[in-house]
Amino acid sequence: MESTVRERTFPASLDCLGGFRAFILEENGAEERLPPKRVAHLDVAIEEIVVNICSYAYETPPGKLTIRVEESPEAFAVEFLDNGVAFDPLEVDEPDVTRPLEERDAGGLGILLVRRMMDEVHYSRKGTLNSLRIVVKTPRER
Amino acid sequence: MFEMKIAVESWGRDVSLTGRLDAGSAPDFEKEAIAAVDAAGESVHFVLDFTNLEYISSAGLRSILVLAKRLAPSGGKVVLCGMSGVVEEVIGVSGFDSFLPVAGSRGDALRIVGAV
Repeated sequence: MESTVRERTFPASLDCLGGFRAFILEENGAEERLPPKRVAHLDVAIEEIVVNICSYAYETPPGKLTIRVEESPEAFAVEFLDNGVAFDPLEVDEPDVTRPLEERDAGGLGILLVRRMMDEVHYSRKGTLNSLRIVVKTPRER
Repeated sequence: MFEMKIAVESWGRDVSLTGRLDAGSAPDFEKEAIAAVDAAGESVHFVLDFTNLEYISSAGLRSILVLAKRLAPSGGKVVLCGMSGVVEEVIGVSGFDSFLPVAGSRGDALRIVGAV
């Protein structure tokens, strides 16, 4: 199988979450190529990243969010590109998930889920864009 | 798709969740759950049955945290049961299973809240 890259730009609005999911999981074949458990991981990662970008990236929402899906024989990768304020979510301290109820808040849980469920997560600043790239490795075919 | 059914019991509320508890549905869940706490007007426990819950994200976790914090001062518990798949993983990664009781079965959940 050849490597392919497809991208689409959406308004960075939570109303488009269904559209992001359909583009990545259905139109681009994640559901066909990955085991159900990994599709579920990808589903969680997509929501967490999109919610973050739509909530925080733009001072005057909504901006734009470009999704680039890269398929290769080895991996299924998704890059999220926004031109909001520079922000590297991987720099944020991970929450201490061993604390008791009274000391817990929900901050940082989204990106923690992304880090634990994806095989790779990379942030880079590309000119005026934030790039967050997540990778799910494809199971080896027999 | 998300649905919740809330049954009123002597010990509190027996809640079964179906579908996706995500950024879209979590605010509705939170609103209904908190309204149920207010309506009870006394110390109540919540059993959240996740048997038919397919998906949960951090938005769902946040709404459960709000509920648990609301109940805690009066000694009310949130007990989880019926978890599997990605829902169980999300609860585990977030450490919510360290401060909320997780029951292996629905029967165990009802025992924890003193229903049986």
